[in-house]
Amino acid sequence: MAEIPSLEITTPRRSMGQLVIRQFLKHRMAVIGALILLVIVILVAGADLFERYDPLQINLRNRFQPPSAEHWFGTDDLGRDMWARTLHGGKVSLLVGFLSMAVAIFIGTLIGLISGFFGGWIDAVLSRITEIFQSVPRLFILIVLTTFLRQLDLPWMKPGTFWPIALVIGVLAWMSVARLVRGSTMSIKEQEFVTAARMIGANNFRILFRHILPNVASPIIVAATLGLAGAIITESGLSYLGFGIQLPTPTWGNMLSNTQNQMLTVPWTAIFPGMMIFIVVIAINYLGDGLRDALDPYHIEK
Amino acid sequence: MTSYLLRRLAQALLTLLVISMIIFGLISAVPGGIMSAYSENTDMTPEDFARLQAKFGLDQPVPVRYLKWLGNMLQGDWGNSFVSKRPALQEIADRLPNTILLMGSMLIVTLLIAIPLGVFSALKQYSLFDHILTTLALAGQSLPTFWFGLILIIIFSATLKGADGGPLLPGSGMTTPGMPFNLLDLIRHMILPVAMLALISAAGYMRYMRSSMLEVLPKDYVRTARGKGLSERTVLFRHALRNALIPIVTLLGLELPYLFGGALFTETIFAWPGIGRLFFDAAMKTDYPVLMAVLMIFSALIIFSNLLVDVVYTIIDPRITLS
Repeated sequence: MAEIPSLEITTPRRSMGQLVIRQFLKHRMAVIGALILLVIVILVAGADLFERYDPLQINLRNRFQPPSAEHWFGTDDLGRDMWARTLHGGKVSLLVGFLSMAVAIFIGTLIGLISGFFGGWIDAVLSRITEIFQSVPRLFILIVLTTFLRQLDLPWMKPGTFWPIALVIGVLAWMSVARLVRGSTMSIKEQEFVTAARMIGANNFRILFRHILPNVASPIIVAATLGLAGAIITESGLSYLGFGIQLPTPTWGNMLSNTQNQMLTVPWTAIFPGMMIFIVVIAINYLGDGLRDALDPYHIEK
Repeated sequence: MTSYLLRRLAQALLTLLVISMIIFGLISAVPGGIMSAYSENTDMTPEDFARLQAKFGLDQPVPVRYLKWLGNMLQGDWGNSFVSKRPALQEIADRLPNTILLMGSMLIVTLLIAIPLGVFSALKQYSLFDHILTTLALAGQSLPTFWFGLILIIIFSATLKGADGGPLLPGSGMTTPGMPFNLLDLIRHMILPVAMLALISAAGYMRYMRSSMLEVLPKDYVRTARGKGLSERTVLFRHALRNALIPIVTLLGLELPYLFGGALFTETIFAWPGIGRLFFDAAMKTDYPVLMAVLMIFSALIIFSNLLVDVVYTIIDPRITLS
């Protein structure tokens, strides 16, 4: 008699979440990136605990001190402690980055979902709007918008208020997300489970947010990490040029803005803030790489 | 083909029209608008203020002013710079060649670096060389351009000295002041600004080129070419590379807004007398006619280059039909 082959399952059962985490942990650089990012977020969020001087404390007798045990990152042109300023600047830079990324993802997802799901004239109008936003010279419009915000002189626009700038960066950065979500939505809405949901009487709203949105979540998450990196670079660039967050509130960008005249003699004022932007952005990019692999169901394990 | 082109052209013009409305709306919504320069002048009575407003036509509603502005612009009158009092269009025309020179050289250098490295990296996938290059590329993409520019200045024009004891490479301007124009001097001034942008954007193009090449290599037509007994060189360069280059054309079109953004940083950091620098100065001094002119020119360039990319695409890729 022939032996009946055993039907024992050799691969242990794993939930979707476990699979994603396992795949992510295999990407060494992504894990390192995530850890570095975590350390920086902790340092920056607890800036008040880790700093040794007031970041706004001017001490002219102590200007342009090179890095030392006393001032880890040296001091700047007004004798302010660069370590404290770097931590505080990081808080603003990261908050602006997160906020503008959230704004861009929110607008982009909403427009992409509606555009892809309803099609027809709604899609035509929304796609044209997306195209118009893609055709403007972004950085230049941003500069005009931030100048405009400053001239408004609103009561809540105190020096150092950062959310209006985060908002305008986000409002000019949602287009690629919208295109991505629109494409995915268009293919997902044709699948059987959407028809099934409609059969049991789900309305459009429920179908969009309960059935389609979870299925486009992976590309959105990846886009969000890349968007975060982009937003941090945009903010630092704007602040560097003097159109972003205004001094004395430090951000990594504006800490670099008045270094151009001094950096030849005191290079540390130019090196540390830029180094932080670079480290954070490269960590986020690796994190995004890892997430892309981990969230891709067709990813082949190497 | 003609009807498609005409439709796309009409679409492009419509987009440009909408953008012109947005730009005009934005500038007219600025509190105080172009009159803000006078608002702090204590010698001016309210009557003077009103008279000036009427003179500039600012007492009229925004749509009327927009139509007037549009009409003037179409006739070549883009207003005069508040700062230099010269026509805004003239200001741009004077500096456009400098920007084109810088950005054109940068684009050529970028492609010269990115395409060979990307192809090589794809051919040697997972080799040590490939790993080093992809790591470097990701690092390059994460560098803030302006900071990279500052570092280049620190290294090459402050720390390192040339044979004559001066800086190894000049870190600002287009020519050495007081020296008669010579090509070598111009090239020396171009090295750092071009390197700042080209190295960073080459990182992006290289990654793109690598994945595009990897996508093409396993295709049937590449195998067919090999099967016909063509040399590996011909297969790679005539069959694979040509097809892998197609998506790069789209990227070139899509990247244009970033290219202009890059020009703003390079020209500001290296004091290069181009349009980016012009815009920066105009924004600092709220010189609205120049700001609006630059925004309009750049928007038009982006829209028409996207149109051009679509047309070029259909020419180089016969699989795509116009519809």
